[in-house]
Amino acid sequence: MIEVHELTKRYGAKTAVDNLTFTVKPGIVTGFLGPNGAGKSTTMRMILGLDRPTSGTATINGRPYAQHTAPLKQVGALLDAKAVHTGRSAYHHLLAMAATTGVPRTRVDEVINIVGLHEVARKRAGAFSLGMGQRLGIASALLADPEVLILDEPVNGLDPEGILWIRHLMRGLAAQGRTVFVSSHLMSEMALTAEHLVVVGRGRLIADVSVADFIEQAAHDSVLVRSPQAVQLHDLLSGPGVTVLSVERGAFEVTGLSAAAIGERAATAGIALHELTVQRPSLEEAFMELTRDAVEYQTVGAAA
Amino acid sequence: MSTATLSPVAPSVAPAAPSSLRVTQGRVIRSEWIKFWSLRSTTITLATAVALLIGIGLLASSMLNSGAATGPEAGELGPVDASLAGITFAQLAFGTLGVLFMASEYSTGMIRSSLTAVPHRLPVLWGKITVFATVVFVIGLAASAIAFTGGQALIGDGAASWSDAGVARAVIGSAVILSASGILGLALGALLRSTPAAISTLFGAMFLLSGVAQLLLPESWRDNVVQYLPSDAGSAFTSVSQGADALSPWVGLGVFAVYVAAVVAGGAWRLKRSDA
Repeated sequence: MIEVHELTKRYGAKTAVDNLTFTVKPGIVTGFLGPNGAGKSTTMRMILGLDRPTSGTATINGRPYAQHTAPLKQVGALLDAKAVHTGRSAYHHLLAMAATTGVPRTRVDEVINIVGLHEVARKRAGAFSLGMGQRLGIASALLADPEVLILDEPVNGLDPEGILWIRHLMRGLAAQGRTVFVSSHLMSEMALTAEHLVVVGRGRLIADVSVADFIEQAAHDSVLVRSPQAVQLHDLLSGPGVTVLSVERGAFEVTGLSAAAIGERAATAGIALHELTVQRPSLEEAFMELTRDAVEYQTVGAAA
Repeated sequence: MSTATLSPVAPSVAPAAPSSLRVTQGRVIRSEWIKFWSLRSTTITLATAVALLIGIGLLASSMLNSGAATGPEAGELGPVDASLAGITFAQLAFGTLGVLFMASEYSTGMIRSSLTAVPHRLPVLWGKITVFATVVFVIGLAASAIAFTGGQALIGDGAASWSDAGVARAVIGSAVILSASGILGLALGALLRSTPAAISTLFGAMFLLSGVAQLLLPESWRDNVVQYLPSDAGSAFTSVSQGADALSPWVGLGVFAVYVAAVVAGGAWRLKRSDA
């Protein structure tokens, strides 16, 4: 369980994280979603005590991260695949990390096998590809078999097979009752992995919802209508709370009316319909709609 | 890397006695020991420092043997100080390694991993200091003893022996000053978080400052100031034949220790307070 309460981080005049409050529950994968620069990494760094909050608190299983006697046992973190000395081998990196907490050497070999790095474990980490670096970061996160996993953009640089593997891994860890908090700027990736979403934009909380509710709430369904009697249909459908947009000759995109309502009105008026399609917004569109609002809100707030 | 080796399932969870998992200062020292010896640059720089210490000492000793008339500088050095003449260069080599040991954590990003494992932060600095000071003291003592013994053998007539006054202090003192210089470099790395900045500062303080002060300060208070500079204070502890305007050995050690302690305090403060 991760609890973030009124967390704020300012760098001079710039506010990177603005009064964030949310809770990450165990047993599910929670996605931390937002465009680049939304404050996701800064928030994760504050949860781990690497950055000092300007105000507010972040706790893990009831305590600030630094107050746990075995922090690596509480939280496994992948913050940055580059948080490794380039001159050291993957094996010695993990061995040094393990030594701080008394994690046995056998576990080092174990995590190297879990992430599939055994063939290159003795090579310099500086020679690793981005994907291999991510695997090393994940190995180091799993080292002390932690209750909570915090992963910042873990699929970055992974090949399709690696992406599939990390999805399985995260879901598996959550299914074991662990807390899994994973950031991404890709909604589509989150939709495949996460059950719950914490969405931020410009450092502010935009949504704290289940993935299903998020999609529902983010964008309105629209209906594509195609008819040879386009002009009559346009007049028929127009009204308060309804938008009718002409997409191409003879076709409209209608929001504010259900497909059933449109069909019934057309039938009553004797207008032939050639197409009546409900258009669900894609996840990416839903996400962009939400974060666009956040940007606009920010601009208005600054001007006021 | 073969993708066929990937396990598609969650890791087997085999926690080994969770109660034993905790961070202790001893474990952090062990971790720093692993970090120190798992870099190729460590052995290279250590070997360089030892070669400088012994090589320059033997060279100066052989010049002393070839006649005091070879040069006024060689003539001024006693047999002990000639055999330990390499210490200034070894100080810079060990100091540089100290800088690298700390500042490379920042340049590579390793510091974020280190501080995630040890969020109290200061144990990391104490661990590094313990490992590094011990390694440099042991190696520095062996190299100083070899330089002294070899140097005296080269000098032949008029050579000093271990039982002469101040010899044991100068040889052991060389190891102490080398070790302290290493800590100074390490603490500069923690304070400045940048390898180039820390190395320049170290070289400036240990190498240039004394010479610049000699050149620029008015004669009336030049000697009073120069003897308190890091390089001069340190060499007061490693020399047998003190100049008239040098501190006594133990005062010299004390002054050097104050410099090191001040920079360590600054480094600790920055490590604890600043975002990593």
